[in-house]
Amino acid sequence: MNYLADIGRYFIMIGEVFKKPTKWRIMRSLILKEIDELIFNSLGIIIFISFFIGGVVTIQTALNLTNPLIPKSLIGFATRQSVILEFAPTFTSIIMVGKVGSYITSSIGTMRVTEQIDALEVMGVNSLNYLVFPKIIAMFMYPFAVAIAMYMGVLGGWVAAVFGNFAPSGDFVQGLQQEFIPFHVTYAFIKTLVFAFIIATIPSFHGYFMRGGALEVGKASTTSFVWTSVVIIVLNYVLTQLLLG
Amino acid sequence: MIEVDNIHKSFGDTTVLKGITTVFDEGKTNLIIGQSGSGKTVLLKCMLGLFEPEEGSICYSGNRYADLSLDERRDLRQEMGMVFQGSALFDSMTVEGNVMFPLEMFTKQSKAEMQDRVDFVLERVNLVDAHNKYPSEISGGMQKRVAIARAIVMNPKYLFCDEPNSGLDPKTAILIDNLIQEITKEFNITTVVNTHDMNSVMEIGEKIIFLKNGIKEWEGTNKEIFKTDNEAVTNFVYSSELFKKVRQMYIEERN
Repeated sequence: MNYLADIGRYFIMIGEVFKKPTKWRIMRSLILKEIDELIFNSLGIIIFISFFIGGVVTIQTALNLTNPLIPKSLIGFATRQSVILEFAPTFTSIIMVGKVGSYITSSIGTMRVTEQIDALEVMGVNSLNYLVFPKIIAMFMYPFAVAIAMYMGVLGGWVAAVFGNFAPSGDFVQGLQQEFIPFHVTYAFIKTLVFAFIIATIPSFHGYFMRGGALEVGKASTTSFVWTSVVIIVLNYVLTQLLLG
Repeated sequence: MIEVDNIHKSFGDTTVLKGITTVFDEGKTNLIIGQSGSGKTVLLKCMLGLFEPEEGSICYSGNRYADLSLDERRDLRQEMGMVFQGSALFDSMTVEGNVMFPLEMFTKQSKAEMQDRVDFVLERVNLVDAHNKYPSEISGGMQKRVAIARAIVMNPKYLFCDEPNSGLDPKTAILIDNLIQEITKEFNITTVVNTHDMNSVMEIGEKIIFLKNGIKEWEGTNKEIFKTDNEAVTNFVYSSELFKKVRQMYIEERN
């Protein structure tokens, strides 16, 4: 029953986020601050992880293609498909849940514990709009980060293939271009936008409605990581079935 | 003026407020006193609209809070200032940013006008050199003064203070008390202070309500509290030897 109540409260929260907007002049600066905090500050880890994941995918694919009749270009093809369809949007999102989601929960949770949210409410500020709306808008920039992740994943794969002597550069690049379906990229970005909304709102929910002290802020961050990841994994399945099935 | 009528508030099976009725007068420093757990903070938060009472009503200058729409409630809250027990300053903003925040949110003033107003209120609370410091870089007493400055920057009609002296040394506590009283008179604000500091009771308690276990046990002024025979009040107020002696001296003087 508690889960159902929480789901209801989550949707009520989403409704409140879009009510009584904060002045645009203030909101604009909040959005820019959040883009910096949530997106730009995450680019380093996204680039790093994507590059090596792309490399690992390439090596594992190459090691499993032992039959000499299978063309080497298949390594590039498999890397592209894995990175664009799954690793860049989904794997990066799970990393972002850990980094950005924890930050969102702990920052809002700390504001709750130290009565800063009460202070906003007492002043007549719609605290949900003030705190959560800029995060949602900032996360609309997330597809750009995922595009970078796709590029870096493929680049990592190329480096691993060429410098690890798994495939010549020409074959790998030919594989990358082979049977390319543009809708796969659209599908990846649709997923990414949905995940961006989830990453902005579920951790906000856990931070905003938390009760207790410093210890509970930590617990709320952990709970938020678990639930946001679960929702992303389930939605990943549902969206894949709907869009590609 | 704030009229509180028969307020009941419970959390689960625990009833915290059991039918509080009182009036907080305009231009006066109204005190809510009582032991920890007596319901002071809950009553204050009900008045602020942070808690919804199950029964009873709260009227601000004749307007019943429960009858107001969500937007009207938020508008009313812009007429309220609140000093939280832990100051509740926005820790990512400087002192100036904290005080300017309500002006930026709710007024159409130019940057220069806002700056003038911020300078005025910070000077009013005797904080002239802390504009660019962050809350973590200033003392508890200074944080309280910033919180007061933030609370009065919009010229509120109602000022609420939740234990404004907690964690402060006696000298700073007296300064904060005097500041609250001066501001109340200067701007004709309805001020409600929640405290269990006896110095505050004696110094600034123009109207005092005493809560015990969620019930209003006594109501009067700081002059009347010396004379009262209410056992619960005397047990609470004169629990320290110092105040027992003060009372004894008062009674002897009167006789």
